[in-house]
Amino acid sequence: MLTVTNLRKYFPVRAQALGGPKVVVQAVDGVSFSIAQGDTLGIVGESGCGKSTTARLLMQLIEPDAGEIRFDGRKLGGSGMSIRELRRNMQMVFQDSYASLNPRLAVQDSIAFGPRTHGMSAQAARAKARELLGLVNLDPDQFGPRYPHELSGGQRQRVNFARALALEPRLVILDEAVSALDKSIEAQVLNLLMDLKANLGLTYLFISHDLSVVQYVSDHVLVMYLGKVVEVGPVDDVYHRARHPYTVALLNSRPSMDPDVHVEQPPLAGDPPSPIGPPSGCRFRTRCAFAEEVCARAEPALTVQDTSPAHAAACHMVIPGSGHSRAVQQGASHVPPPASLA
Amino acid sequence: MKSADPATLTVAYDTATGGRAELGVPVGPAVQRTYWQSVGRRVRRDSYTVICAAVLLLITAAAVFAPWLGLDDPTFSNVAKRLLPVGSPDHVLGTDELGRDMLSRLIYGGRLSLMMGVLPVAAALLIGGALGLIAGFAGGRTNMAIMRVTDVFYAFPSILLAVAIAGSLGAGLTNALLAITIVFIPPITRVTESVTTQVRTMDFVEAARASGASTYAIIRVHILGNVLGPILVYATVLVSVSILIAAGLSFIGLGASPPAAEWGLMLNTLRESIFLAPLNSVLPGFMIFVTSMCFNLISDGLRSAMDVRF
Repeated sequence: MLTVTNLRKYFPVRAQALGGPKVVVQAVDGVSFSIAQGDTLGIVGESGCGKSTTARLLMQLIEPDAGEIRFDGRKLGGSGMSIRELRRNMQMVFQDSYASLNPRLAVQDSIAFGPRTHGMSAQAARAKARELLGLVNLDPDQFGPRYPHELSGGQRQRVNFARALALEPRLVILDEAVSALDKSIEAQVLNLLMDLKANLGLTYLFISHDLSVVQYVSDHVLVMYLGKVVEVGPVDDVYHRARHPYTVALLNSRPSMDPDVHVEQPPLAGDPPSPIGPPSGCRFRTRCAFAEEVCARAEPALTVQDTSPAHAAACHMVIPGSGHSRAVQQGASHVPPPASLA
Repeated sequence: MKSADPATLTVAYDTATGGRAELGVPVGPAVQRTYWQSVGRRVRRDSYTVICAAVLLLITAAAVFAPWLGLDDPTFSNVAKRLLPVGSPDHVLGTDELGRDMLSRLIYGGRLSLMMGVLPVAAALLIGGALGLIAGFAGGRTNMAIMRVTDVFYAFPSILLAVAIAGSLGAGLTNALLAITIVFIPPITRVTESVTTQVRTMDFVEAARASGASTYAIIRVHILGNVLGPILVYATVLVSVSILIAAGLSFIGLGASPPAAEWGLMLNTLRESIFLAPLNSVLPGFMIFVTSMCFNLISDGLRSAMDVRF
């Protein structure tokens, strides 16, 4: 349904010294993936790895430097799909439920704004907004006329879902949409999201740093590190047969449900390196326990193994003949991006 | 035992209203108030603001309806009756150094003084507000160009700048109005720009853009509604500053000219009589003080009434 190829965004940073070299933050660097109709793709990664930038690039809220976006096989831009049409099919829910609602508008007017700008009459848009409020389990009589500051966080985020659904999109990007909520409310809202997806036939792009939540909602998972995709595949494969050392470390960082199981050492030490001038070769090598000389020299491509063709990782250890001492011997083959998931 | 009326206990969505249904509080449909309606309600509950508004309304109404109040001619002088003290039988507030009725001059003077308070601010609000909106929304080079020019004006104290402009344009009411307007454009531009920049980066503007809305619709619905409040508060403060600057200009002879009645001008001409009739000389200053104080306090009240969010 949605195919992204080599999406890239470098943000320029003010030069350190007058006339000094131009510095860029490589926020998103060559990200490729695809989402099938009715699927949920989870994107996980540390803060600053480019998850949200990817979402904003997809919505064209910031302009990508390079890369191709195809929706239903139609290319965005040029003679293909217009941005306006893309935005009617694709909507986004932001993390901050408060900042994403206009404090000066009653929530039903906030929801009705989208349909209004697409030419719906004021009356029809209002009726639509009330219907959507019902859809997210908020009584339209009670909550429609209220202002954002009169609602709780969970209620506000449900209003945001209603607003995103107002244009009847087919794909919804959820950018940390439940991360700011209390755990109990989060579960409630997640279930609502799953119901909405089933009832309206939606497709989700679910961005989160919460590995457990991603495992719960996603069909496929994409792991990002410093603006690059390090591993992607069906949720069970990635969670149970992780190939990239970073994914393994992330998964090990989850607190155990069994109080008798203790983690002796932090799986990863330190912060990720700066995306301004990231490490050469494999970007993870500075924190990787298995890093070797080849990792600094060459950048590993996303590579699948024959045993599970949808599961790809970008690590020299899974690329046969890469020169890494632990590299797999056989059963792997190189596939150029995008790794096909559908 | 009488059972409770089921109608008052039924709530459409138990889960949605939280625990309120259990408390037996009947929950009717919520009433939608517009933002300005709720601001109005808050202002009405604020006694300071209400009193100030009432005083200001009184002064304004008196100034506007001055010709119908049966007052003496504010420019009719009678040298025989000069500097009569406050409380004289024919002249309740006494007379000035040329024997003109003080009450009449104070009320008629309000016309000019209030006009010089409000007009420059209104004009500067239109120009500076538009500039600030453009600078804040466009950002980048446009912002740079507009804001650096306003910075140049910031280099001078406002009263000095007003004197300089009015002085170079020549004495007279129109020139004084023009000078004060020019003085107020930079601060209004800057306030508008900073609020707009702040609002523009908020997620709801992103969300509006993501819904495919036009720039015009975003500015009209999402930016303007959030920017107007703070600017209005600031403009109210400026009105009091404007009255002061206008009085100052008239005082040094760059604003209203005799025999017109204007508080600043009256203060100047009565200055020499301060030892002969101190109370009379102080009256115009008192009017300036009360009026600008009222505008200041109303601005404070508005600020807290508009602070609906956070």
